[in-house]
Amino acid sequence: MSSKTLLYILKRIGLAILTIWVVITVTFFVMRAVPGGPFLSEKAISESAMKALEAKYGLDKPLLVQYGTYLKDIVTRLDFGPSIKQRGRMVMDIIGDGMKTSVKLGLIAAFFALTIGLVLGSIAALRRNKIIDKSIMVVTTAFVSMPSFIMGSLLLVIFAIKLAVLPANGSTTAGLILPVTTLALYPMAYITRLTRSSMLDVLGQDYIRTARAKGVSGPQIVFGHALKNAIIPVITYFGPMLAYIVTGSLVVEQIFAVPGIGRAFVNSITGRDYTLIMGTTIVLATLIVVMNLISDILYKVVDPRITLE
Amino acid sequence: MRKKLFSNHVNLDSFIPATEADKEYMVQMRPSSTFFKDGVKRLLKNKVATISLLIIILTTLLSIFLPMLWPYAYDQQMGVQPGKMVDASFNNLSPFEYGKTELARIADGERIFPHIFGTDSAGRDYFIRIVYGTRISLAVGFFASIIVLIIGMTIGSVAGYFGGKVDLIIMRIVDIIYSLPDMLMVILLASVLQIALKGLLEGTVLEKIGSNILSLFIVFAVLYWVSMSRLIRGQILSLREQEYILAARASGAKGRWIIRKHLIPNSISVVIISTALQIPNAIFTESYLSFLGLGVNAPMPSLGSLASDALNGITSYSYRLVIPAVVISLIVLSLNLLGDGLRDAFDPKLNG
Repeated sequence: MSSKTLLYILKRIGLAILTIWVVITVTFFVMRAVPGGPFLSEKAISESAMKALEAKYGLDKPLLVQYGTYLKDIVTRLDFGPSIKQRGRMVMDIIGDGMKTSVKLGLIAAFFALTIGLVLGSIAALRRNKIIDKSIMVVTTAFVSMPSFIMGSLLLVIFAIKLAVLPANGSTTAGLILPVTTLALYPMAYITRLTRSSMLDVLGQDYIRTARAKGVSGPQIVFGHALKNAIIPVITYFGPMLAYIVTGSLVVEQIFAVPGIGRAFVNSITGRDYTLIMGTTIVLATLIVVMNLISDILYKVVDPRITLE
Repeated sequence: MRKKLFSNHVNLDSFIPATEADKEYMVQMRPSSTFFKDGVKRLLKNKVATISLLIIILTTLLSIFLPMLWPYAYDQQMGVQPGKMVDASFNNLSPFEYGKTELARIADGERIFPHIFGTDSAGRDYFIRIVYGTRISLAVGFFASIIVLIIGMTIGSVAGYFGGKVDLIIMRIVDIIYSLPDMLMVILLASVLQIALKGLLEGTVLEKIGSNILSLFIVFAVLYWVSMSRLIRGQILSLREQEYILAARASGAKGRWIIRKHLIPNSISVVIISTALQIPNAIFTESYLSFLGLGVNAPMPSLGSLASDALNGITSYSYRLVIPAVVISLIVLSLNLLGDGLRDAFDPKLNG
């Protein structure tokens, strides 16, 4: 690895850390700016009880001191403090519980999006301008312009209510089929289009012609020779794909009642559970930023032809 | 007259009036085309883009004028009459059904305007709610894009024009905002702003718009200007170095002329296209937030909030979800296709 690549990676890591710090800071101050403070919506509390509550959550100290402890707790112990609405539970425990389901959901969706997308994209490129290519492109265009909550609701109506073949409740294993499909369809369509265009690009190159001249069969050229290079632009999509899956899971988990982190987040917003909102935002944001970082670095390292600015 | 050899006298025969045939030769067969006309022609040749444009014009006109002609209002609860008991027979009507009092009036020979999509759980005509929701969604998309355009253009041109340290600082800020996970930040800001704004707005003109839509605009203004300003800065930087600018300058053109004749015409198409592509993005964000309960204030409908409300009665009234879903998808799809068509028509450079 050249020193230039190393410098780029260091710069990129620096930007990622800066971004995460901005997220934590913005989240903290935005939440503190809420008029009336976090206990406003509770029933009328006496002056002394309010004081006691504020002391318990450390809200009586100066703002900068609060910020300092909050930042220190996150960095050193991954501690976001206790939840305001769910008595006796720590924010990190709630996030951890939700994460188990959500990560499973997201990984399965990403896996299907990637494999099906790559295969469909390659087929479309191989059969360029044939009927199969055209129908793949039409279907993916429709999927790409459909918001996740629309897709989820429509799948729910069709498969769980009208046909009644799949369960609508996502808390069982069979119930995961619909939410996973909802989450996977958009990235799948996107990867298909991405793979098709980069595959067409690669198929026009000299080494493919050489392979053809040597008598290598069509499918073997695509999957053995071309895919390796055609996959590179897809790597850059890893980060955005994760961001999509995270934000998509907020509504998908809501629609299918999946007990994941997305539903916890939405419930914390409607329930005004401030510490939980802060914690979830920071965890999810960090996840997305780190994933973007990895896919950016991978992209530069995998393909030596890409020049670094 | 015989012409002398080597004479400087002009030959008068060369100056006879032109004949009709000669004049015809000079007639302008086709008026010269401008860049804009060319683009429109290319756009209209593109069938997909033309159909999308027609769909968008039609939905916009319908969403503006239908509520004026419709006999029902979007927030009118049909079963609730002043001084009378609430008539629950108006709630959850199926398409083309009537409430009790309406049936009585029809029996008396009166003609009643049908509820094309039925009514919702509060007895409000669902068709007009869909139309009104479309209006709100379109308006939010349009104004949010305008806000993004103005802020992005100002900051981008400042960065591009001044360069140096100003540029460096602005671009670092842009980098950071760009790498923030936008949807999470939007949700966070929207959820806090709508509480913060509620108190501030009381009694002002802005109260009518509602704290939620305003917070949506603020969020857009804060987060989404970055890509627009990047684009405009890039345009200014690259155009400034073009040879034809140098040529214009060398032939004595002043700054204002160069800006008016060279910089604006060459960058305007890129700016318009990315603004057009911003609109579906904004509509999508609004409906997403409405779906999460952070969108427009009730009883005002938007397509997202209608879809979200429909989830409660989804087993028996699934058409109430399907209708707004189809409308959103249609609008977003046609805006995207139109944006692509505009790009192909007005910016051949981008196509490579």
